[in-house]
Amino acid sequence: MRFVHIFLIVSIILNFNFIKADEIKTENKIAKNLRCLICQGQSVYDSDSEFAISLKLVIKNKIQEGMSEEQIYSFLKIKYGEWILYDPVFNKNTYFLWLLPILIFLAGGAIIIRRFYNKNNLD
Amino acid sequence: MKSKVIAITLILFFLITFVIFFKGLKNSNVYTPSSNQEKEVPSFELKSFEDNTKIISEKTFKTNQYYLMNVWASWCIPCRDEHKFLMELKKDKKIELIGFNYKDNFKNATSFLKDLGNPYNIIVSDKDGIASINWGAYGVPESFLIYENKIIKRFIGPINDEDLLEIKKIIR
Repeated sequence: MRFVHIFLIVSIILNFNFIKADEIKTENKIAKNLRCLICQGQSVYDSDSEFAISLKLVIKNKIQEGMSEEQIYSFLKIKYGEWILYDPVFNKNTYFLWLLPILIFLAGGAIIIRRFYNKNNLD
Repeated sequence: MKSKVIAITLILFFLITFVIFFKGLKNSNVYTPSSNQEKEVPSFELKSFEDNTKIISEKTFKTNQYYLMNVWASWCIPCRDEHKFLMELKKDKKIELIGFNYKDNFKNATSFLKDLGNPYNIIVSDKDGIASINWGAYGVPESFLIYENKIIKRFIGPINDEDLLEIKKIIR
């Protein structure tokens, strides 16, 4: 009987640790995706400023309240604006930013193909 | 002919890049969120600074009254600079000042107010900084001008004489 008790307690503790580990993982993931607004070029995860410390605490609480990652992002977006997210949303201000790499890629491809065909034609 | 075209395009490219970056140099690198939209005052339930009684936002902010909610801490040096402007604002009966004591210790904060004067009608304390995140605040010092339960203006960083004039103009 005693053995069963100990086994139960140990298994509960182990399970709890797994849940906790998952929480910390998402916590860190969210903090890494947020820009520390008062630091220069640092994420909230990397920063030890008062702002970042509080923000990490808020993320932790929100996860414990059962909020999903997306919900936390949108909560912070309402509070601080889109700038806090590292991933810029696709809109009329950012379409150039998103499309430029694709355009450059296509232009590069076009140059390569043209060169290739020209060379073939010469042969 | 071909090399000339390439040279001209290159020069143009660098010229345009230079102009863009040169203009960018003059832009402020301090990010401020778009402040044109008026936001509702976030509700809070915080402990009073003096006696640990609960202060509820719904009961604190009355309509038809201006409030300046000032985030401050005794360890914050710019807060000392702006304090004289807050004391000045205290004389105005049309506005009430609410102190938002940010991550501070009671002893230091009390002696700060003793030295420089207490401009606040109410002080709430935010020990872990969570409430300030709900306000969308960055840290200390920061001030929110509130009317009819809406944030009508925010001041990031210490208040200066220009800001003071602006506040006085709004509440007049």
